[in-house]
This record gives sequence, C-alpha cells and structure tokens, in this order.
Amino acid sequence: MELAKFLIMRSELSLLAVVLILLVVEIFSAKSKQGAVVNLATGLFLLHTILGFVPVATGQLFGGMYQHTLLTGLMKSVLNIGVLILIMQSSGWLKQPANKGRVSEFFLLILSTLMGMYFMLSAGDFLMLYLGLELATIPLAALVAYNLKEMKSMEAGAKFILLAALSSGIMLFGISLIYGSSGSVYYAEVVGTMEMNPMQIMAMVFFLSGLGFKISLVPFHFWTADVYEGAPTNVAAYLSVISKGASTFVLLTLLFTVFKTMFDAWEVLLYAMAVLTITLGNLFALRQQNMQRFLAFSSIAQAGFLLLGIISGTHYGMTTVIYFVLVYVFSNLGAFGVAAIVYNASGKINIEDYRGFYQTNPRLSLVMLLSLFSLAGIPPVAGFFGKFFLFAAAAEQGYYWLVIIALLNTIISLYYYLRVVKAMFLDRSEEPIGLIKSDVLTRVAIAVSVAGIVAAGVFSQVFDWIHLYGWGM
Amino acid sequence: MPTELFSTTVWIPIALLLAFAVVGLFGHKMKPVVAGGISTAAILLAMVISYSTAYFYFFSDGLVEGKYVMLVPFLHEWLRFTDTLSIDMGILLDPISVMMMVVVTTVSSMVHIYSFGYMKGEKGFQRYFAFLSLFSFAMMGLVLAVNLFQMYIFWELVGVSSFLLIGFYYQKPAAVAASKKAFIVTRFADLGFLLGILLLSYFTRTFDFPTLMDPGGTAISSMAGLSFMGVSTLTWALVLIFMGGAGKSAMFPLHIWLPDAMEGPTPVSALIHAATMVVAGVYLVARLFGLYAMGAPGALEVVAFIGAFTSLFAAVIAVTQTDIKRILAFSTMSQIGYMMLALGVSGYGGEEGLGFTASMFHLFTHAMFKALLFLGAGAIIHAVHSNNMGDMGGLRKYLPVTHIMFLIAALAISGIPPFAGFFSKDEILAAAWANNQLYFWTEWFVAGLTAFYMFRLYFSVFWGANRTYEHQPHEAPASMLFALVFLGLASAVVGFIPFSAFVTADGVPFQTHMHLNIAIPSVAIGIVGIAIAAWMYMRPGTVADRLATAMPGLYKLSLKKFYIDELYLWVTHTIIFKGISAPIAWFDRHVVDGSMNGIAWVTAQVAEKTKKMQSGQLQHYGYAMVLGAVAFVLLLLYWGAR
Repeated sequence: MELAKFLIMRSELSLLAVVLILLVVEIFSAKSKQGAVVNLATGLFLLHTILGFVPVATGQLFGGMYQHTLLTGLMKSVLNIGVLILIMQSSGWLKQPANKGRVSEFFLLILSTLMGMYFMLSAGDFLMLYLGLELATIPLAALVAYNLKEMKSMEAGAKFILLAALSSGIMLFGISLIYGSSGSVYYAEVVGTMEMNPMQIMAMVFFLSGLGFKISLVPFHFWTADVYEGAPTNVAAYLSVISKGASTFVLLTLLFTVFKTMFDAWEVLLYAMAVLTITLGNLFALRQQNMQRFLAFSSIAQAGFLLLGIISGTHYGMTTVIYFVLVYVFSNLGAFGVAAIVYNASGKINIEDYRGFYQTNPRLSLVMLLSLFSLAGIPPVAGFFGKFFLFAAAAEQGYYWLVIIALLNTIISLYYYLRVVKAMFLDRSEEPIGLIKSDVLTRVAIAVSVAGIVAAGVFSQVFDWIHLYGWGM
Repeated sequence: MPTELFSTTVWIPIALLLAFAVVGLFGHKMKPVVAGGISTAAILLAMVISYSTAYFYFFSDGLVEGKYVMLVPFLHEWLRFTDTLSIDMGILLDPISVMMMVVVTTVSSMVHIYSFGYMKGEKGFQRYFAFLSLFSFAMMGLVLAVNLFQMYIFWELVGVSSFLLIGFYYQKPAAVAASKKAFIVTRFADLGFLLGILLLSYFTRTFDFPTLMDPGGTAISSMAGLSFMGVSTLTWALVLIFMGGAGKSAMFPLHIWLPDAMEGPTPVSALIHAATMVVAGVYLVARLFGLYAMGAPGALEVVAFIGAFTSLFAAVIAVTQTDIKRILAFSTMSQIGYMMLALGVSGYGGEEGLGFTASMFHLFTHAMFKALLFLGAGAIIHAVHSNNMGDMGGLRKYLPVTHIMFLIAALAISGIPPFAGFFSKDEILAAAWANNQLYFWTEWFVAGLTAFYMFRLYFSVFWGANRTYEHQPHEAPASMLFALVFLGLASAVVGFIPFSAFVTADGVPFQTHMHLNIAIPSVAIGIVGIAIAAWMYMRPGTVADRLATAMPGLYKLSLKKFYIDELYLWVTHTIIFKGISAPIAWFDRHVVDGSMNGIAWVTAQVAEKTKKMQSGQLQHYGYAMVLGAVAFVLLLLYWGAR
C-alpha cells in the first residue's frame, strides 16, 4: 500500500498532529502559560478546520473498515466548525487561575473525543464504530468532572461514565446479535442479511439505543439534565452540540444504509421516539429555573425534531438534518456561550439571575435573544428555516400527524424560550449581573455564532452546498 | 419601463432597517432627541417615497389598458427550496399595497412626531424609537411582500416588534403579561397560517402572489378538485390562512390579547393596535382575495360570519367598559369586523366587487380616525394621568384642540357625514345589503351601538361633571397637537376620495354612487345613538346607573367581556398547567431535583449514605433505559406481527 493512500484520512491525521503537538507543549511549557497554550491550540485547530475543506480523493482503507466519502467530509467539517467556536468560547474560562496547569488537558480530552467521532463517522464496520464511540465517550466523562473541586461536577462525571457503560453494553449486545445473525460486522455484508425477524429487530433496537443515549432521545435521556447541570458550562455545550450532532449523523447514515431494509421497523421506532422526545423535553423544560438544566431539556426537544428529517428517508430529509445540525451548532453555542460567560464571570446560573440583563449587558443579551429565537424557530433567523425544512421533509412523505404534533410543540417551546427573553429584557432586578468584559477570543466566538445564525438562514448557498453531498434511501 | 420608475421603493425598508440598527445599537450613547430624530427622518423619507409612488402608480403608470396591474420593481432570489420552488424577497406594487404604504407611513410618521411630546423624559426613549423603526420596517416588508413566504416572515417580525413595544413599560407586570399574551395567542393563530401556506404551496408549487392570483393560471384548478372531509383542500388552506389573519386582527375567538395590549404606550396603541398591525389580517385576506373569491367561496362565508359576529360582540362589550383605551380597543375589533364582513360578502369583478373596495376604503379611513382617537386619548391621559373614564369630566375647557379633534374622529367613526367613516361604512352596508340582509341589519345595529359607545366616551370625558383636578390639566405640547390636527384634517376629508376608481378586486376601476336608501337609515341610527348617549352622559346624572341596575345580568356579561378571558384562563390553568404541567414539574422538582439536592447534602454529611442514594439514582436511570429498549423491541415485534 502506498503511503499516499493514507492521505484520505487527512482529518484524522491532522487532528492527531494537533494532539501530539499539544502533548509536547504540555511537557515542555511552564504551568503559568495558560494563555499561550489556549492561543496555540486555537490556532492549530483553525488550521485543522481549514485543512478539512481541502478536497481529497474518496475511498476506503484497512479492507473497508475505514471509508471516506464527500458526505463524511462534510459532516466532519460541520463538527470542526462547532468545536472551533467552542474552544474559542472556552478561552476566557480556561485562562482563569483555577485552571492553572490543566489547560492542555482540556484540549487533549476534547480533541480525543472528536477523533472518536471521526472514526464513528468514517467507520465501515460495527467494530470500528464501537471503538470510535468509546473513544468519543470515555474522555467526556473526565471532561464532565473537570472542575475537580466541585462536588457536583464529580458527581456528574461518575453518573455519566456509569450510564454510558450501561448503554454501550446494551449496544454491544445488539452488535453481537447482528454478528450472530448475519455472520459479519462489515456494513456492506450486513446490509443484505437484515430482515424483519424478531432477532434482528431486537438487534437493531439494542444497537440504536446506544446511539439514542448519545443523542439523548427519550427514554435514554435520563442522564442529560443531571450531567449538563453538573458539568462545566462549556463542556455541557460540547455535549449538547458536538457529541449530539456527531451521533445524529451516524444514526442518519446507518439507518439510510445498513438498516434500510428494516424501514418498517425503525419508522415506528423513530415515530415513537420523536413524539416522546419532543413532548417530554418540552414539558420538562417549561419550569426549569437553572439555566443549564433548562438548556439541557431544550436540547433534548431539539434532538427530537431531527428525527423528523431522518424518518422521511429522502435525500431532501438528509440535507435538512445536516442543515439543522449546522444551524443548531450556531444557535445552541450562542446560548450556551452567553450562559458560560455569565457563569464564569459572576457564578450566576439561574434564569432569575438574568433579570435586567439587557440593562447592563445589551450586546450579550441580544446574542442570547437571537440564539433563543433561532432555537424557538422564529423567522427570519436560521433556526426557523431549519425547522421549516424538517417539517416540510416529513410532510412531503405524508407524516402529517407527526408534523402537527411537532408544530404544537414549537408553540410550547416558545413559552419557555420567551421566559428567558422576558427575564433579560422586561424584568427588572435590584442587583442585575454587572457589566461583563470577556476576552477577545470569546468575543470572536460569539460573533461567529451570531454570524452563523444569521448567515445560514439568509444565504441559500449553504443549503445547496449540503444538498450536493447528500443522498436518499 | 414603469418598474424602473418605482425602484426607489426599495429604499423604504432599507432606510427603516438602518434607522433601527443605528438607534438600536448606538442609541443609548446618543441624546434622546438625536435618536428620535434619526428614526423620524427615516419614516418621513419612507412617507415621501410612498406618496410619490402612490401618485405615479395611480395617476400615470399603474393603469395599463384600463386595469391596475401588479408591478414588481425589485426581486431577489433568497432561498432555493427545490428546483421549482424558491423563496424570493421583493416588492410588489398593486392598488392595495400602494394604499397600505400610504396608510402605514402616514400613521407611523404622525406617531413618531407625537411620541416626541408624549414620551419626553421617559426612560428608554431611544429604545422606544428603535422599536418603532423596527416595527415600521417589518410592517412595510409585510405590506410589500411579493409572496406568501415573505409575508409570513415579516408577519412574525411584526409580532416580535409588537411584543417588544407592548412590553415597553417593563416595570408594570400587567404590561409584561400582556405582551406575552399577545405574542402567544397570535403565535397560536400563526400556526394555522403556516399550515395553510404549506398546504397551498404543496399543491400549487408556488408562493408568488402574481402566479397564485392569475385567473387563468393553474393555481386554483390544481387544488379545487382535491377534497378532505368533504371540503376542497383550497378551502381548507384558505380557512387556515384566515386563522392567522384572525389572530393578528383580533377576531373572535382569538381576540383576547388586544384589550390587554393597551398596557403599552398609547402612541404604540395608535400605530399598532389601531391602524396598521391589526388590519394585517384584513390585508392578508384582501391580498389573496382572488383565490378566496374564485376558488373557495366557502372560506369567504367563514370570513363574513366571523367578521359580523366580532363586530357585534365587540361593540356590545365596548358599551360598558370604563377604561378609555379599552373602549377604543373593542371599538377597533368591531370596526375590523366590518372590514372582514365586507370582504366576506364581496364578489370578484365590477360592481360585484363593491365589498372588497368598501373594505379597503374602510381600512383607509379607519386608520386615520382611529389613530386620531388613540392619539387624542393619549393627550387626555397625558393631561389627567389616568385611563379611567370615572376620573375625567368637563375637559373641553382645558383641552380645546384635543376636544375638537376627538369630536371629529368620533363623528367619523359614527358614520355622520361628511366625515370619512360615513362614506366607507355606507359602502360596506350597501355590499352587505346586496349579499345577505341579516348581515345588513346586524351591521346597521352595530353602527348605532358604535355611535352610542363612542359618544358615551366623548360626553363623559369632555362634558359630564366638572371635576376639580389635583393638577390643572393642560393642553398637549406642539408636537402632539401637530399629529392630532394632521389626522383630524385627514379624517375630515379622506372620505371624498373616489375609492372605487383606484382600488378594486380585479384591478378594473368602476363608479360608485351614494346609496340613499342605505345612507338615510344608517345616519339615522347613528344620530339616535348619539342622542341617547347625550341624554345619558352629557349632564351629570344617574340615568346610566339606573339602566345598569335595571339589567344587571346583561350589564355584567358585557362588562366582563362575556367571560371569554376567564374561559381561556380556566382551560390553560386548570387543564394544562394544573392537570399536565404541574405533575411533571412536581416530579422534576421533587423526584429529580430533590434527589440531586439530597445527594449533594448527604455527600457533605455522611459518606455511606451518599453512595446508597447515588446508586439508587443510577439504578433508577439504568432501569428506565433498559426497560425502554425492551419496550421498543416488544412494540416493534407487535407491529411486525400485525
């Protein structure tokens, strides 16, 4: 095999290079150089992201265990954009004295999980997928417990790792049933053998429940609120956006390829999960007081909407799912970004604390407003188009009731998103959060989110570009 | 090319958006006068462009071969949806959009000028003007939309800016609650609108008004054949779209937000809740009128019925209210009911289309006199610092100019010639007469009620008992008076515009004439209404109270607005909040949060207990996950077995 052939793994290779450089820097740099490490990591990751857009040949490696297509390249780029925004947002927090000497640890962990997600996306067989999934999960537990001094953070980390282990156990059981019934773990070979018999149905459901855990679909969502609440805000943002987005992409491609013969089964499964996830996520979000918990439930509901695009099974549906994830990356990172800035500067985390926020921090509160409107799907911001396309994709295939249930839920969701808006703009407080000054990188990150929220809606080229790489069942 | 001539119209939205951006972002660093000046300059520019556009459209370039045509001077492809369906942003000029441009920019300009006096010294003066610019921008985008989708987007933006403006006095809890109520009720209605748009575009494969409206096109025929539950899909789609319009225009039963929205600043009420935003629903139906008239007469019957019912219902309520702004709010509902009814009873071409013309005419005149009434009410509130009619009386001595202007507006709304309302109401009644006499008699009666409640308000405020005021009431400052006098003159003269020569359903002008057999009874009942009001309220006395005690049931029912709000409250609070949401919140607070808090507390206290609780928690979660997976397997097996 020529060495040049490995170039199709350029995303993995360049990410690995970033990780190795950071590891070396970690060894040789003084512990006090937090800022330098953050800037270096951001710069390197920016290069890596740009490199991801350079076209390379498609193909497969290791006898089909690894495959690179234009679609996986696109998905990785969407994740890269999200991670780039996220690490820039985290810079202010990482530079705090409390994180002295542990900055590169944050990057190493987060980039390792990203590597795992790359392998999940590019996997050509269930074994590679499983390895990728574990790599994407275990470092996350350490990240959740990053605030070593906070009991809540430790607690959340422990919960996450235990439940993740349980879920991957179930998933592994599903994979072993697939192997047992079809005699192979390669997608290409499995696809012909999947039928609607009880054993393979069970295999599929158990397998999908593992992905359901990562995407936090009901009833595999229980960990979400506790873990998001306990985790550092930036890590919670990572969980809710990047980790969720990557697993959604995997779910999408697997259902469209390996399990396409079992459409009748997963149609029912997705239908039920979509209704449950959207509705329960919304109803729980209604009365949350804690901002992180609130965003956790809101992100559960958002994931439910994604299923509408997947269930359509069409090329158009796939495009809308990827588009929605992209929009969701910008919107949710906008909302989490502001929450993180506020928490890291003032330690305030309840919605009540945001009273009168507009008076003291007009710009941040406008960012929050825009992000929440995007999440709620109010035109003309991008979130509206994301939802609209999802609904259109499902309606096109005749899922009218599902669309109506989802539409009703968007109205419920409006209520709780408005609660935050009301607190920021309309309520008044005796002691509002003071004026917050954040560092340059964080501000750039917020600006990028805002630009994304607006631009992804206004420029149709984004949607067209995604449409180019997608395909239907 | 006439379209090139009109390309200046694109500067209207750009100027307003720029004003919003500049004042919104940097307003807090500017002097209030500068911020207000920027916004006002933008809207005045828009007004000038609108007037010149209207002049050139109606008198030279709009009329092609005896018919007013649709012109699209600006079009930009915005989002490509599928190969055949794309969403454009553009500007559409036709008689109704040009007319609306004039209405919106005129009223908005007057409100801007008026606000200089009214909002002076108010905290957040700059923010207020920024929101006004945003609203004007959104409203112009809605009016000039070239397709349903653009209209929907601006429709929502109008809702957002109205939400911000109603909640402007955020110190007042009532204002905050009202803004939320308005937003959520109209959002609910917009759900119908969106479904209607989806349905319509799914079958016709287009969003564009010119294509949809083309009488020889395929849009109508592509849907007329299909039916759902015995009614054609086109009718369904149009009824759903009307639901959106009914929400914005506060038609029964989606009207509950409008009276509460009066918590906002009074000039805002004049702009949004009298002249522009609330008539968006009428505009929407008028915009799609070709479809309604040619493809779905059934949907028009719904429009007519809801319009007639709302006009009666709201007028009855207005009779007993005591808050002057609320009286005006119910009066607005009632008058919009008139407009809807007129659309509902209208035919499409020639004289048949009288209802359409009448509706647009009434929209135009109503915008002038109702804005005047609200601004007048603002001047009164400004003078006595109260909204309650009981705190007023004998004000004609203190506020001479306001008094005269208010009288003109009250005469106009009561349909007394030669003021504007007379002409438009006469045409509506004529159209109703031609369609269904029941509608005619209902609206005739409502005309009497209107005259009565409006003069009840007028006499109680300007005549009635002479009160001693703590502060001597004083006439409003010049900026406010300017707006009042301008609108007063407009209310007096715009009735003489021969509207049917400009605005008709199919674009072909026709001649209307006075309908004496209708004008005489309608003026007569107006005068009767005024006379009764004068007898009861002009002099201090007990006539009104005696009447109220004589009919306690009816009086209470009307005073309490027929208990509709209570009904909604009961449904949302008892059924949704208590029945569904509260148990879930309880579960979350006590079971989930409770155990979380419990863990944190115990962790600090006793180590062993922590472990115990923690493992209990996880077992619960894990149990649910496994159970869920198994349940799904069973569900699918059952499904497969079927």
